[in-house]
Amino acid sequence: MPANANSAGFPSSASPLGISFQNVEKRFGALAALRGISLQIEPGEFVALLGHNGAGKTTLLRIAALLMNPSRGSVGFISAAKDGHRDGAAHGPECKPKHAIGMVAHSTLLYDELTAAENLSLFAKLYGLGEIADRVAGALRDCGLESRAGSLVRTFSRGMRQRLAIARALLHDPSILLLDEPAAGLDRQGLVWFSAKLAALKQAGCTIVMSTHARNESLELATRAVALATGSVKQDSGTAGDPRPLLASLRAEA
Amino acid sequence: MTTVGAAGILLGKELRLEFRSRELLSATIIFALVVVVLFSFAFDPTAAESRRYGPGLLWIAFLFAGSLMLNPSFSREQTNETLDALRMAPISPFAILLGKMLANFIFMSVAELVLVPVFAVLYNISIVGIVWRLVLVLSLGTTGLVVTGTVFSAVSAQARMRELLLPLLLLPILTPLLIAAVESTASLFQEQPSLDRTRVAFLAGFDIVFLTASWLLCDYLLED
Repeated sequence: MPANANSAGFPSSASPLGISFQNVEKRFGALAALRGISLQIEPGEFVALLGHNGAGKTTLLRIAALLMNPSRGSVGFISAAKDGHRDGAAHGPECKPKHAIGMVAHSTLLYDELTAAENLSLFAKLYGLGEIADRVAGALRDCGLESRAGSLVRTFSRGMRQRLAIARALLHDPSILLLDEPAAGLDRQGLVWFSAKLAALKQAGCTIVMSTHARNESLELATRAVALATGSVKQDSGTAGDPRPLLASLRAEA
Repeated sequence: MTTVGAAGILLGKELRLEFRSRELLSATIIFALVVVVLFSFAFDPTAAESRRYGPGLLWIAFLFAGSLMLNPSFSREQTNETLDALRMAPISPFAILLGKMLANFIFMSVAELVLVPVFAVLYNISIVGIVWRLVLVLSLGTTGLVVTGTVFSAVSAQARMRELLLPLLLLPILTPLLIAAVESTASLFQEQPSLDRTRVAFLAGFDIVFLTASWLLCDYLLED
Protein backbone atom coordinates (compact mmCIF):
# COMPACT_ATOMS: atom_id res chain seq x y z
CA MET A 1 0.00 0.00 0.00
CA PRO A 2 1.39 3.45 -0.84
CA ALA A 3 2.61 5.62 2.00
CA ASN A 4 -0.10 8.25 1.56
CA ALA A 5 -2.99 5.79 1.44
CA ASN A 6 -5.26 4.99 4.32
CA SER A 7 -6.65 1.62 5.36
CA ALA A 8 -9.15 1.63 2.48
CA GLY A 9 -6.37 1.98 -0.04
CA PHE A 10 -7.78 5.38 -1.06
CA PRO A 11 -5.18 8.15 -1.09
CA SER A 12 -6.06 10.57 1.71
CA SER A 13 -4.25 13.48 0.03
CA ALA A 14 -6.30 13.30 -3.16
CA SER A 15 -9.24 15.62 -3.60
CA PRO A 16 -12.36 13.48 -4.07
CA LEU A 17 -14.25 13.85 -7.33
CA GLY A 18 -17.95 13.84 -8.08
CA ILE A 19 -19.77 13.28 -11.36
CA SER A 20 -22.13 15.59 -13.16
CA PHE A 21 -24.48 14.27 -15.85
CA GLN A 22 -26.14 17.04 -17.81
CA ASN A 23 -29.12 16.09 -19.95
CA VAL A 24 -27.43 12.85 -20.99
CA GLU A 25 -29.10 10.88 -23.75
CA LYS A 26 -27.89 7.65 -25.30
CA ARG A 27 -29.44 6.01 -28.31
CA PHE A 28 -28.61 2.66 -29.89
CA GLY A 29 -30.23 3.05 -33.28
CA ALA A 30 -33.93 3.55 -32.64
CA LEU A 31 -33.66 2.48 -28.99
CA ALA A 32 -33.26 5.25 -26.40
CA ALA A 33 -31.28 3.74 -23.50
CA LEU A 34 -31.03 7.05 -21.60
CA ARG A 35 -33.47 9.93 -21.98
CA GLY A 36 -32.06 13.24 -20.77
CA ILE A 37 -30.59 12.28 -17.41
CA SER A 38 -29.38 15.19 -15.28
CA LEU A 39 -27.76 14.07 -12.06
CA GLN A 40 -25.16 15.64 -9.83
CA ILE A 41 -23.21 13.16 -7.70
CA GLU A 42 -21.27 15.05 -5.08
CA PRO A 43 -17.71 14.07 -4.10
CA GLY A 44 -17.78 11.40 -1.39
CA GLU A 45 -21.38 10.32 -2.00
CA PHE A 46 -22.34 6.65 -2.05
CA VAL A 47 -25.12 6.39 -4.61
CA ALA A 48 -27.19 3.26 -5.04
CA LEU A 49 -28.39 3.07 -8.64
CA LEU A 50 -31.49 0.93 -8.83
CA GLY A 51 -33.89 -0.15 -11.51
CA HIS A 52 -35.20 -3.10 -13.46
CA ASN A 53 -33.29 -4.75 -16.30
CA GLY A 54 -33.00 -2.34 -19.22
CA ALA A 55 -33.53 0.74 -17.06
CA GLY A 56 -30.21 2.21 -18.25
CA LYS A 57 -27.98 1.59 -15.20
CA THR A 58 -25.12 -0.06 -17.08
CA THR A 59 -25.23 2.53 -19.88
CA LEU A 60 -25.05 5.37 -17.35
CA LEU A 61 -22.08 3.73 -15.59
CA ARG A 62 -20.27 3.14 -18.91
CA ILE A 63 -20.72 6.80 -19.82
CA ALA A 64 -19.37 7.80 -16.39
CA ALA A 65 -16.39 5.47 -16.96
CA LEU A 66 -15.69 7.27 -20.26
CA LEU A 67 -16.17 4.02 -22.16
CA MET A 68 -19.09 5.43 -24.10
CA ASN A 69 -19.96 8.88 -25.38
CA PRO A 70 -23.47 10.18 -24.82
CA SER A 71 -25.54 10.82 -27.95
CA ARG A 72 -26.50 14.18 -26.41
CA GLY A 73 -25.60 16.01 -23.23
CA SER A 74 -22.35 15.78 -21.31
CA VAL A 75 -20.65 14.17 -18.35
CA GLY A 76 -18.19 16.11 -16.24
CA PHE A 77 -16.23 15.69 -13.03
CA ILE A 78 -16.43 17.89 -9.97
CA SER A 79 -13.67 18.24 -7.43
CA ALA A 80 -14.11 19.66 -3.94
CA ALA A 81 -11.32 21.30 -1.98
CA LYS A 82 -10.97 20.56 1.73
CA ASP A 83 -13.07 23.59 2.67
CA GLY A 84 -15.92 22.31 0.58
CA HIS A 85 -15.42 24.92 -2.17
CA ARG A 86 -16.15 23.52 -5.58
CA ASP A 87 -13.31 23.66 -8.06
CA GLY A 88 -14.86 24.52 -11.41
CA ALA A 89 -11.64 23.83 -13.30
CA ALA A 90 -12.17 20.10 -13.10
CA HIS A 91 -15.73 20.37 -14.28
CA GLY A 92 -16.67 19.84 -17.92
CA PRO A 93 -16.62 17.29 -20.68
CA GLU A 94 -12.98 18.10 -21.45
CA CYS A 95 -11.91 16.83 -18.01
CA LYS A 96 -11.29 13.07 -18.33
CA PRO A 97 -9.61 11.86 -15.16
CA LYS A 98 -8.98 8.24 -16.06
CA HIS A 99 -6.57 7.90 -13.14
CA ALA A 100 -9.43 8.68 -10.77
CA ILE A 101 -11.91 6.10 -12.03
CA GLY A 102 -12.13 2.45 -11.05
CA MET A 103 -14.82 0.14 -12.36
CA VAL A 104 -16.18 -3.30 -11.61
CA ALA A 105 -18.24 -4.30 -14.64
CA HIS A 106 -20.48 -7.23 -15.56
CA SER A 107 -17.44 -8.99 -17.02
CA THR A 108 -14.32 -9.43 -14.97
CA LEU A 109 -12.06 -7.37 -17.31
CA LEU A 110 -9.32 -9.93 -16.59
CA TYR A 111 -7.19 -12.07 -18.89
CA ASP A 112 -7.95 -15.76 -18.35
CA GLU A 113 -4.53 -16.83 -19.67
CA LEU A 114 -2.61 -14.61 -17.24
CA THR A 115 -2.10 -15.39 -13.58
CA ALA A 116 -3.75 -13.31 -10.87
CA ALA A 117 -0.45 -11.54 -10.14
CA GLU A 118 0.27 -10.96 -13.85
CA ASN A 119 -3.18 -9.41 -14.37
CA LEU A 120 -2.74 -6.97 -11.49
CA SER A 121 0.85 -6.25 -12.46
CA LEU A 122 -0.19 -5.44 -16.05
CA PHE A 123 -2.74 -2.88 -14.92
CA ALA A 124 -0.41 -1.46 -12.26
CA LYS A 125 2.12 -0.78 -15.03
CA LEU A 126 -0.50 0.77 -17.33
CA TYR A 127 -1.59 3.11 -14.52
CA GLY A 128 2.04 4.06 -13.95
CA LEU A 129 2.02 2.92 -10.30
CA GLY A 130 5.17 2.54 -8.26
CA GLU A 131 6.31 -0.37 -6.07
CA ILE A 132 4.35 -2.73 -8.25
CA ALA A 133 5.39 -6.00 -6.57
CA ASP A 134 4.41 -4.74 -3.11
CA ARG A 135 1.17 -3.23 -4.36
CA VAL A 136 0.16 -6.42 -6.21
CA ALA A 137 1.05 -8.60 -3.22
CA GLY A 138 -0.97 -6.29 -0.94
CA ALA A 139 -3.99 -6.36 -3.25
CA LEU A 140 -3.90 -10.16 -3.49
CA ARG A 141 -3.56 -10.50 0.28
CA ASP A 142 -6.46 -8.08 0.76
CA CYS A 143 -8.82 -10.03 -1.50
CA GLY A 144 -7.76 -13.39 -0.04
CA LEU A 145 -6.05 -14.71 -3.18
CA GLU A 146 -2.45 -14.51 -2.01
CA SER A 147 -2.01 -18.29 -2.19
CA ARG A 148 -3.30 -18.32 -5.78
CA ALA A 149 -1.13 -15.46 -7.05
CA GLY A 150 0.61 -17.70 -9.58
CA SER A 151 -2.52 -19.50 -10.82
CA LEU A 152 -4.08 -18.73 -14.19
CA VAL A 153 -7.35 -16.84 -13.84
CA ARG A 154 -9.15 -19.43 -15.97
CA THR A 155 -8.69 -21.92 -13.12
CA PHE A 156 -10.54 -19.61 -10.67
CA SER A 157 -14.13 -20.00 -9.52
CA ARG A 158 -16.63 -17.22 -10.36
CA GLY A 159 -16.35 -15.80 -6.85
CA MET A 160 -12.55 -15.75 -6.93
CA ARG A 161 -12.61 -14.00 -10.30
CA GLN A 162 -14.99 -11.39 -8.90
CA ARG A 163 -12.72 -10.75 -5.92
CA LEU A 164 -9.79 -10.30 -8.29
CA ALA A 165 -11.89 -8.01 -10.51
CA ILE A 166 -12.64 -5.85 -7.47
CA ALA A 167 -8.95 -5.85 -6.49
CA ARG A 168 -8.05 -4.78 -10.05
CA ALA A 169 -10.55 -1.91 -9.94
CA LEU A 170 -9.11 -0.67 -6.62
CA LEU A 171 -5.45 -1.18 -7.51
CA HIS A 172 -4.79 2.46 -8.46
CA ASP A 173 -6.72 3.90 -5.49
CA PRO A 174 -9.51 5.51 -7.54
CA SER A 175 -11.45 8.41 -6.08
CA ILE A 176 -14.53 7.41 -8.10
CA LEU A 177 -15.64 3.80 -7.94
CA LEU A 178 -18.26 2.59 -10.41
CA LEU A 179 -19.77 -0.78 -9.54
CA ASP A 180 -22.09 -2.68 -11.86
CA GLU A 181 -23.67 -5.58 -9.95
CA PRO A 182 -20.39 -6.08 -8.06
CA ALA A 183 -21.63 -8.78 -5.71
CA ALA A 184 -22.37 -11.25 -8.54
CA GLY A 185 -20.77 -14.59 -7.76
CA LEU A 186 -19.51 -13.67 -4.29
CA ASP A 187 -20.16 -16.18 -1.53
CA ARG A 188 -21.13 -15.22 2.04
CA GLN A 189 -17.50 -14.65 3.05
CA GLY A 190 -16.89 -12.65 -0.11
CA LEU A 191 -19.92 -10.45 0.55
CA VAL A 192 -18.69 -9.70 4.08
CA TRP A 193 -15.25 -8.79 2.71
CA PHE A 194 -16.79 -6.63 0.01
CA SER A 195 -19.11 -4.79 2.42
CA ALA A 196 -16.17 -4.07 4.74
CA LYS A 197 -14.17 -2.81 1.77
CA LEU A 198 -16.99 -0.50 0.68
CA ALA A 199 -17.40 0.82 4.23
CA ALA A 200 -13.68 1.65 4.40
CA LEU A 201 -13.76 3.36 0.99
CA LYS A 202 -16.83 5.38 1.98
CA GLN A 203 -15.11 6.39 5.21
CA ALA A 204 -12.10 7.52 3.20
CA GLY A 205 -14.26 9.81 1.04
CA CYS A 206 -14.35 7.78 -2.16
CA THR A 207 -17.29 8.56 -4.44
CA ILE A 208 -19.15 5.31 -5.06
CA VAL A 209 -21.90 4.64 -7.59
CA MET A 210 -23.24 1.12 -7.33
CA SER A 211 -25.79 -0.43 -9.63
CA THR A 212 -27.47 -3.34 -7.91
CA HIS A 213 -30.76 -4.92 -7.00
CA ALA A 214 -32.75 -3.63 -4.04
CA ARG A 215 -31.93 -6.55 -1.74
CA ASN A 216 -28.15 -6.10 -1.74
CA GLU A 217 -26.93 -5.81 1.87
CA SER A 218 -24.24 -3.27 0.93
CA LEU A 219 -27.03 -0.79 0.23
CA GLU A 220 -27.17 -0.05 3.96
CA LEU A 221 -24.03 2.01 3.35
CA ALA A 222 -25.62 4.15 0.62
CA THR A 223 -26.09 7.86 1.34
CA ARG A 224 -28.36 8.36 -1.65
CA ALA A 225 -30.65 6.20 -3.77
CA VAL A 226 -31.52 6.88 -7.40
CA ALA A 227 -34.10 4.75 -9.19
CA LEU A 228 -34.02 4.59 -12.98
CA ALA A 229 -36.88 3.48 -15.21
CA THR A 230 -36.79 3.28 -19.02
CA GLY A 231 -33.74 5.52 -19.23
CA SER A 232 -34.96 8.31 -16.93
CA VAL A 233 -34.56 9.15 -13.26
CA LYS A 234 -37.79 7.93 -11.67
CA GLN A 235 -36.97 8.73 -8.02
CA ASP A 236 -34.01 10.36 -6.28
CA SER A 237 -33.62 10.62 -2.50
CA GLY A 238 -31.28 13.58 -3.07
CA THR A 239 -27.88 14.48 -1.67
CA ALA A 240 -29.15 15.59 1.73
CA GLY A 241 -32.09 13.19 1.90
CA ASP A 242 -32.46 9.83 3.58
CA PRO A 243 -32.23 6.96 1.06
CA ARG A 244 -33.84 4.39 3.38
CA PRO A 245 -37.53 5.10 2.59
CA LEU A 246 -36.85 4.84 -1.16
CA LEU A 247 -34.78 1.68 -0.69
CA ALA A 248 -37.53 0.18 1.47
CA SER A 249 -40.21 0.92 -1.13
CA LEU A 250 -38.06 -0.54 -3.92
CA ARG A 251 -37.44 -3.64 -1.79
CA ALA A 252 -41.17 -4.01 -1.31
CA GLU A 253 -41.68 -3.74 -5.09
CA ALA A 254 -38.97 -6.30 -5.88
CA MET B 1 3.04 7.00 -19.47
CA THR B 2 4.33 7.50 -23.02
CA THR B 3 2.57 5.85 -25.94
CA VAL B 4 5.63 3.77 -26.77
CA GLY B 5 6.06 2.73 -23.12
CA ALA B 6 2.41 1.62 -22.87
CA ALA B 7 2.66 -0.16 -26.24
CA GLY B 8 5.74 -2.00 -24.94
CA ILE B 9 3.82 -3.17 -21.84
CA LEU B 10 0.94 -4.37 -24.03
CA LEU B 11 3.36 -6.07 -26.42
CA GLY B 12 4.74 -8.01 -23.46
CA LYS B 13 1.19 -9.04 -22.55
CA GLU B 14 0.45 -10.18 -26.13
CA LEU B 15 3.66 -12.24 -26.30
CA ARG B 16 2.93 -13.84 -22.94
CA LEU B 17 -0.64 -14.73 -23.95
CA GLU B 18 0.56 -16.21 -27.24
CA PHE B 19 3.35 -18.12 -25.53
CA ARG B 20 0.72 -19.66 -23.22
CA SER B 21 -1.92 -20.48 -25.85
CA ARG B 22 0.17 -20.81 -29.07
CA GLU B 23 -3.10 -20.36 -30.94
CA LEU B 24 -2.17 -17.74 -33.50
CA LEU B 25 1.36 -18.72 -34.40
CA SER B 26 0.86 -22.45 -34.82
CA ALA B 27 -2.29 -22.02 -36.95
CA THR B 28 -0.63 -19.36 -39.10
CA ILE B 29 2.55 -21.32 -39.77
CA ILE B 30 0.77 -24.59 -40.50
CA PHE B 31 -1.70 -22.91 -42.85
CA ALA B 32 1.01 -21.05 -44.79
CA LEU B 33 3.16 -24.18 -45.05
CA VAL B 34 0.23 -26.19 -46.39
CA VAL B 35 -0.41 -23.58 -49.11
CA VAL B 36 3.24 -23.54 -50.21
CA VAL B 37 3.63 -27.32 -50.16
CA LEU B 38 0.35 -27.97 -52.03
CA PHE B 39 1.22 -25.51 -54.79
CA SER B 40 4.62 -27.17 -55.23
CA PHE B 41 2.69 -30.26 -56.38
CA ALA B 42 0.40 -28.27 -58.67
CA PHE B 43 3.15 -27.34 -61.16
CA ASP B 44 6.71 -28.28 -61.92
CA PRO B 45 8.72 -25.93 -59.74
CA THR B 46 11.75 -25.39 -61.99
CA ALA B 47 13.66 -22.17 -61.37
CA ALA B 48 12.09 -20.45 -64.40
CA GLU B 49 8.53 -21.45 -63.42
CA SER B 50 9.14 -20.44 -59.83
CA ARG B 51 10.32 -17.00 -60.90
CA ARG B 52 7.00 -16.52 -62.69
CA TYR B 53 4.60 -17.87 -60.06
CA GLY B 54 6.64 -17.90 -56.85
CA PRO B 55 6.31 -14.27 -55.69
CA GLY B 56 2.50 -14.27 -56.09
CA LEU B 57 2.20 -17.60 -54.37
CA LEU B 58 4.43 -16.52 -51.50
CA TRP B 59 2.35 -13.39 -50.86
CA ILE B 60 -0.92 -15.32 -51.15
CA ALA B 61 0.38 -17.59 -48.39
CA PHE B 62 1.32 -14.53 -46.29
CA LEU B 63 -2.03 -12.86 -46.93
CA PHE B 64 -4.17 -15.85 -46.01
CA ALA B 65 -2.02 -16.65 -43.00
CA GLY B 66 -2.18 -12.99 -41.97
CA SER B 67 -5.99 -12.91 -42.25
CA LEU B 68 -6.15 -16.01 -40.09
CA MET B 69 -3.85 -14.48 -37.49
CA LEU B 70 -5.26 -10.95 -37.44
CA ASN B 71 -8.88 -11.93 -36.90
CA PRO B 72 -8.55 -12.97 -33.23
CA SER B 73 -6.26 -10.02 -32.49
CA PHE B 74 -9.10 -7.89 -31.08
CA SER B 75 -11.88 -10.45 -30.87
CA ARG B 76 -10.09 -12.31 -28.08
CA GLU B 77 -10.18 -9.11 -26.02
CA GLN B 78 -13.94 -9.59 -25.94
CA THR B 79 -13.90 -12.78 -23.88
CA ASN B 80 -13.95 -10.83 -20.61
CA GLU B 81 -14.31 -7.39 -22.19
CA THR B 82 -10.66 -6.74 -21.42
CA LEU B 83 -10.55 -4.05 -24.10
CA ASP B 84 -12.73 -1.95 -21.77
CA ALA B 85 -10.11 -2.31 -19.05
CA LEU B 86 -7.40 -1.14 -21.48
CA ARG B 87 -9.55 1.76 -22.67
CA MET B 88 -10.13 2.87 -19.07
CA ALA B 89 -6.40 2.91 -18.34
CA PRO B 90 -4.73 6.34 -18.60
CA ILE B 91 -2.89 5.52 -21.82
CA SER B 92 -3.25 6.70 -25.41
CA PRO B 93 -5.71 4.57 -27.42
CA PHE B 94 -2.98 4.42 -30.07
CA ALA B 95 -0.81 2.51 -27.58
CA ILE B 96 -3.42 -0.28 -27.61
CA LEU B 97 -3.29 -0.44 -31.42
CA LEU B 98 0.49 -0.12 -31.52
CA GLY B 99 0.99 -2.95 -29.01
CA LYS B 100 -1.20 -5.21 -31.15
CA MET B 101 0.57 -4.14 -34.35
CA LEU B 102 4.01 -4.87 -32.90
CA ALA B 103 2.88 -8.27 -31.64
CA ASN B 104 1.28 -9.16 -34.98
CA PHE B 105 4.43 -8.04 -36.81
CA ILE B 106 6.54 -10.34 -34.64
CA PHE B 107 4.15 -13.28 -35.17
CA MET B 108 4.07 -12.72 -38.95
CA SER B 109 7.86 -12.38 -39.06
CA VAL B 110 8.29 -15.69 -37.21
CA ALA B 111 5.90 -17.35 -39.69
CA GLU B 112 7.85 -15.87 -42.62
CA LEU B 113 11.14 -16.99 -41.09
CA VAL B 114 9.86 -20.56 -41.19
CA LEU B 115 8.09 -20.26 -44.53
CA VAL B 116 10.69 -18.55 -46.75
CA PRO B 117 13.47 -21.20 -46.43
CA VAL B 118 10.89 -23.98 -47.08
CA PHE B 119 9.66 -22.04 -50.11
CA ALA B 120 13.23 -21.56 -51.41
CA VAL B 121 13.95 -25.29 -51.18
CA LEU B 122 10.65 -26.48 -52.68
CA TYR B 123 10.70 -23.94 -55.54
CA ASN B 124 14.42 -24.03 -56.42
CA ILE B 125 15.02 -20.37 -55.69
CA SER B 126 18.33 -19.28 -54.22
CA ILE B 127 17.89 -16.52 -51.65
CA VAL B 128 21.50 -16.51 -50.43
CA GLY B 129 22.56 -13.44 -52.40
CA ILE B 130 19.38 -11.44 -51.81
CA VAL B 131 18.75 -12.04 -48.12
CA TRP B 132 18.90 -8.42 -46.91
CA ARG B 133 16.99 -7.02 -49.88
CA LEU B 134 14.35 -9.72 -49.38
CA VAL B 135 14.17 -8.88 -45.67
CA LEU B 136 13.56 -5.23 -46.60
CA VAL B 137 10.73 -6.08 -49.03
CA LEU B 138 9.15 -8.61 -46.67
CA SER B 139 9.40 -6.19 -43.72
CA LEU B 140 7.73 -3.33 -45.60
CA GLY B 141 5.04 -5.59 -47.04
CA THR B 142 4.39 -7.26 -43.69
CA THR B 143 4.19 -3.88 -41.94
CA GLY B 144 1.48 -2.77 -44.35
CA LEU B 145 -0.39 -6.04 -43.94
CA VAL B 146 -0.19 -5.92 -40.15
CA VAL B 147 -1.05 -2.21 -39.75
CA THR B 148 -4.17 -2.37 -41.94
CA GLY B 149 -5.09 -5.83 -40.63
CA THR B 150 -4.90 -4.73 -37.00
CA VAL B 151 -6.98 -1.62 -37.70
CA PHE B 152 -9.69 -3.61 -39.48
CA SER B 153 -9.56 -6.29 -36.80
CA ALA B 154 -10.50 -3.54 -34.31
CA VAL B 155 -13.30 -2.38 -36.60
CA SER B 156 -14.72 -5.84 -37.25
CA ALA B 157 -14.26 -7.25 -33.72
CA GLN B 158 -17.73 -6.22 -32.57
CA ALA B 159 -19.50 -7.40 -35.72
CA ARG B 160 -21.44 -10.63 -35.65
CA MET B 161 -19.82 -12.04 -38.82
CA ARG B 162 -16.34 -10.79 -38.08
CA GLU B 163 -14.57 -13.81 -39.62
CA LEU B 164 -16.16 -12.89 -42.95
CA LEU B 165 -16.01 -9.14 -42.49
CA LEU B 166 -12.26 -8.82 -41.97
CA PRO B 167 -11.16 -10.31 -45.32
CA LEU B 168 -13.93 -8.36 -47.07
CA LEU B 169 -12.66 -5.09 -45.63
CA LEU B 170 -9.00 -5.97 -45.87
CA LEU B 171 -8.51 -7.41 -49.35
CA PRO B 172 -9.57 -4.36 -51.42
CA ILE B 173 -7.44 -2.05 -49.27
CA LEU B 174 -4.44 -4.36 -49.49
CA THR B 175 -4.54 -4.87 -53.26
CA PRO B 176 -2.10 -2.02 -54.12
CA LEU B 177 0.25 -3.16 -51.36
CA LEU B 178 0.16 -6.76 -52.56
CA ILE B 179 0.83 -5.78 -56.18
CA ALA B 180 3.86 -3.73 -55.12
CA ALA B 181 5.09 -6.50 -52.78
CA VAL B 182 4.72 -9.20 -55.47
CA GLU B 183 6.49 -7.06 -58.11
CA SER B 184 9.34 -6.20 -55.72
CA THR B 185 9.77 -9.85 -54.75
CA ALA B 186 9.67 -10.88 -58.44
CA SER B 187 12.52 -8.45 -59.21
CA LEU B 188 14.59 -10.10 -56.49
CA PHE B 189 13.87 -13.63 -57.80
CA GLN B 190 15.18 -12.82 -61.32
CA GLU B 191 18.45 -14.36 -62.56
CA GLN B 192 19.96 -10.89 -62.18
CA PRO B 193 18.27 -9.77 -58.93
CA SER B 194 17.54 -6.08 -58.51
CA LEU B 195 15.70 -3.99 -55.95
CA ASP B 196 12.71 -2.24 -57.52
CA ARG B 197 13.17 1.10 -55.76
CA THR B 198 9.89 2.59 -56.99
CA ARG B 199 7.86 -0.33 -55.62
CA VAL B 200 9.83 -0.34 -52.37
CA ALA B 201 9.18 3.40 -51.97
CA PHE B 202 5.47 2.71 -52.59
CA LEU B 203 5.48 0.02 -49.88
CA ALA B 204 7.14 2.43 -47.42
CA GLY B 205 4.65 5.18 -48.34
CA PHE B 206 1.70 2.80 -47.87
CA ASP B 207 2.99 1.87 -44.40
CA ILE B 208 3.45 5.50 -43.37
CA VAL B 209 0.02 6.58 -44.65
CA PHE B 210 -1.87 3.79 -42.88
CA LEU B 211 0.15 4.08 -39.68
CA THR B 212 -0.58 7.82 -39.59
CA ALA B 213 -4.27 7.21 -40.37
CA SER B 214 -4.52 4.67 -37.54
CA TRP B 215 -2.90 7.18 -35.17
CA LEU B 216 -5.35 9.90 -36.18
CA LEU B 217 -8.42 7.65 -36.05
CA CYS B 218 -7.57 5.46 -33.04
CA ASP B 219 -10.14 7.19 -30.77
CA TYR B 220 -12.96 6.31 -33.18
CA LEU B 221 -11.62 2.84 -33.98
CA LEU B 222 -11.74 1.71 -30.36
CA GLU B 223 -14.98 3.47 -29.45
CA ASP B 224 -17.88 1.36 -28.23
